[in-house]
Amino acid sequence: MIKSLHARHNDLATAANQIAQLNNLPEILPFEEKLKQADLFPLRAQAIDIFQMNVGYMCNQTCAHCHVDAGPDRTEIMTRETMQKCMDIIAANNIRKVDITGGAPEMNPHFTWFVEQCTKLNVRVMVRCNLTIIVANEKYKTLPSFFAKHKVEVISSLPFYNASRTDKQRGDGVFAGSIKALQMLNSVGYGKAETGLILNLVYNPSGAFLPSAQTTLERDFKLTLKRDFDIDFNNLFCITNMPISRFLDYLIQSNNYENYMSRLVNAFNPAAVAGLMCRNTLSVGWDGYLYDCDFNQMLGLKVENKIQHIDNFDAHELQNRNIVLNKHCYGCTAGAGSSCGGETIK
Amino acid sequence: MTSNHYYNAADLAKFGNIGEFQKELADKFFSYYNEVFKDGALSAREKSLIALAVAHAVQCPYCIDAYSTDAVEKGNSETMMMEAVHVAAAIRGGATLVHGVQMMNKVKEISM
Repeated sequence: MIKSLHARHNDLATAANQIAQLNNLPEILPFEEKLKQADLFPLRAQAIDIFQMNVGYMCNQTCAHCHVDAGPDRTEIMTRETMQKCMDIIAANNIRKVDITGGAPEMNPHFTWFVEQCTKLNVRVMVRCNLTIIVANEKYKTLPSFFAKHKVEVISSLPFYNASRTDKQRGDGVFAGSIKALQMLNSVGYGKAETGLILNLVYNPSGAFLPSAQTTLERDFKLTLKRDFDIDFNNLFCITNMPISRFLDYLIQSNNYENYMSRLVNAFNPAAVAGLMCRNTLSVGWDGYLYDCDFNQMLGLKVENKIQHIDNFDAHELQNRNIVLNKHCYGCTAGAGSSCGGETIK
Repeated sequence: MTSNHYYNAADLAKFGNIGEFQKELADKFFSYYNEVFKDGALSAREKSLIALAVAHAVQCPYCIDAYSTDAVEKGNSETMMMEAVHVAAAIRGGATLVHGVQMMNKVKEISM
């Protein structure tokens, strides 16, 4: 297992160095200038439909492309007190969807408590589950039935339907563990049409290239996973890798950085902007600070608003805020667009 | 000549510039080209594999670069891609060997 940038004391472990790296290619037009050319600036949020909480950077995996730089060595974790404050905000503002991410969010000791509280409020919960956590330890093997009981929408990364490409990105043995976990989720009804239990997979390219069209890739995933492993799932979300954190390190180390950035810029699609996730999502850090998305969170780019923390939350102030932009945003506007829910052009 | 070699990887990105000398034909070519690679009776993924095999058969380094990336992006596995290259190799090898029949015919024609 590789170590996190943080554990390696790598320069790119700090947000400031990542931003400096993103801005060291003068030929790449600043993203806000690109939006101005397309008459799409300023980019503003429209609503807070999804409350996305990063409950900690601890993870049982250290994926080569991880934008969080998550791993077993990361100790940043959301406390129960912060979760309760989030819960109060969700209830007071009638927010209907909570998207829980990490790290491996299930490693937060208050994870199940928080999901139970959401259920009591009839709030839809999405969990970004890395799959292998389900088979990592005996105590996590009940997760599929726990998810099913609370009708949690499970969203899981599987970069390809074979071991070689998956393991190169996510670590040795991850494909085998993921397949086992998917079968466990299927066995409690996930991905089956009649149950209403939603299992969505996420495709991230395992290298310096862009994702293909979501519908055709979904068809290939469904055919192959059913044929080879008898696995069913609902939808495949194609997500472009953002040039930050460990993926940025990979791009630089493999001499792909300039070409990748050029590809993102050349693939800029104005039609992908309207559906960007930052326009209807608010991202909360493990320590309660607020961001436009999980990527901005990792770059330390807090919301551009007088409200920057859950302690003085004000939905009215935040819902139409200007989005904080940088060159990594080209990753979300390339081709058919990219978001936590896949392509932004539906 | 602006450099001492015939192939320059950066030239691939300039492919669209061929219209500079003859725009009408270039426009027609690229319009046709883009239409060819859309999903049809064959999927765009399958067409990308065919393009990759042909790129190897015609030994075009630009096309090999372009369609190696395109084939991966479209979700082809490494095994699929190498099998496509083997198809190209088999046809090229077969094309050489089948002419062996012509050679045999000629030898038999002139031999006692």
